[in-house]
Amino acid sequence: MAKPKPPDEMRFEEAFEELAALVGKLESGDLQLEESLGLFERGQGLADRCSQLLEEAELSLRQLEGGQDEDKDSE
Amino acid sequence: MLRDMSQLSILGFQSTIWSPIELNRHIRQLVESDYRMGDLWLAGEVTNLSQPASGHLYFTIRDAEAAVRCVMWKQDAVALLRLPENGEAIETHGNISVYEAGGQYQLYVDEIRFSGEGELYQQYLLLKERLEAEGLFAAERKRALPRWPRRIGIVTSSSGAALRDVLNVLRRRYPLVEAIVSPTPVQGEAAPERIVEAMQAVAEYEPDVLLLVRGGGSVEDLWAFNDERVVRAVVASEAPVVTGIGHETDVLLADFAADIRAPTPSAAAEIATPDSDELKIEVSEMRIGLARAWTGYQQRLQTALQVQRAALELVSPQARVDNARQRVDEFLHRATSAIRHEIALQTAAVGGLIQTLQAVGPDTVLARGYAVVRNSGDGSIVKSVSQVSAGDELQVRVSDGDFGAQATGRVSS
Repeated sequence: MAKPKPPDEMRFEEAFEELAALVGKLESGDLQLEESLGLFERGQGLADRCSQLLEEAELSLRQLEGGQDEDKDSE
Repeated sequence: MLRDMSQLSILGFQSTIWSPIELNRHIRQLVESDYRMGDLWLAGEVTNLSQPASGHLYFTIRDAEAAVRCVMWKQDAVALLRLPENGEAIETHGNISVYEAGGQYQLYVDEIRFSGEGELYQQYLLLKERLEAEGLFAAERKRALPRWPRRIGIVTSSSGAALRDVLNVLRRRYPLVEAIVSPTPVQGEAAPERIVEAMQAVAEYEPDVLLLVRGGGSVEDLWAFNDERVVRAVVASEAPVVTGIGHETDVLLADFAADIRAPTPSAAAEIATPDSDELKIEVSEMRIGLARAWTGYQQRLQTALQVQRAALELVSPQARVDNARQRVDEFLHRATSAIRHEIALQTAAVGGLIQTLQAVGPDTVLARGYAVVRNSGDGSIVKSVSQVSAGDELQVRVSDGDFGAQATGRVSS
């Protein structure tokens, strides 16, 4: 397995999906102690990252130039 | 009375005399027997419009030369997007009949087209048919939306309520996304071309999904979204397109071409994004799952540990040591008893020998009265008379001791 990305550098969906996979893996059991401990700690990091992103996110908005529009829709 | 008058007429006149209701009913039947009167379109200007509490709609359609009274029953009138206005040119569809009580013939209207709509509508149907035949609306063309959009392109009027609604939904639902607004006029002559340009402009930012939205308006206001150029731009879009144009009831050709048609701009934004409130719940559930899995894992580990410990004790060297020690004890014990036995045997044997020795030894013989005679000079045992001369000093042993004696003469045996 490639060296795992630190959670703080991950996008929400990356962290979310890795977390989901990891919980499934942990729940299936059948792991070595060290591996389990590692997964557990990693999972906590990922969950923290997800929560942080959801709490702190602010919509990033950009408006392109050129669209002169004088009309308005009615509602 | 009628009968009487009829009889009178038979007597006095050749022509029939009608009552008003008979006449009106007859005329109604005449009118209704003409199939063309059962299904017709009437075009003209609306006057005398009224809608009493009953909900039925009464008006007159007229042109410069004549007028026709019209009625539209409530159940048909409620289907209208809006009411016609006095002075407005409209097209009405329905059937001609006679209101017997009033002697009025009138058009019973079931459908109204507003000005120019008829022609536009025909064009719309033709275009729809053509694009459909081309496969542009086919279900297999529809693409799934990405679960995690990173960038959403929004093509709409920058001043409209639609944009505000969409941005509000995005902020509330999934603020992780990047929104790129590509503004364009959404109504008027130039709108179709500008919409296409705006879609192409935002496409350069490679959005994961494109929202093509516009707030509610009249059919004419929304017409740009029936334009073939706009429909083709939707089909050509690299990113999946979600349309949200007008209200729930407005379905435009761009909607048919879209990957997903949402009923309103807000709904389009909702369809395109996951809900962060739900995601928060999912994350906390996964946290719980994580903790539960970990606790469960620890318990399993504990159990496994106990099992291992028990197994370990079974194969432990301690047991083998104990075992060996026992065997050594056992050997020792067995060896000891063997040796003891041997000793006992030997002891018994020695005892026997001693008895034998004693039995054959001199003491027993002496005890029976024999004596051992030795020559005192050299100590030799006298076994023969030849060994003794007269005067020799002798030593005699009997069972309980020795005494001295002297030979007194030679005696031959």
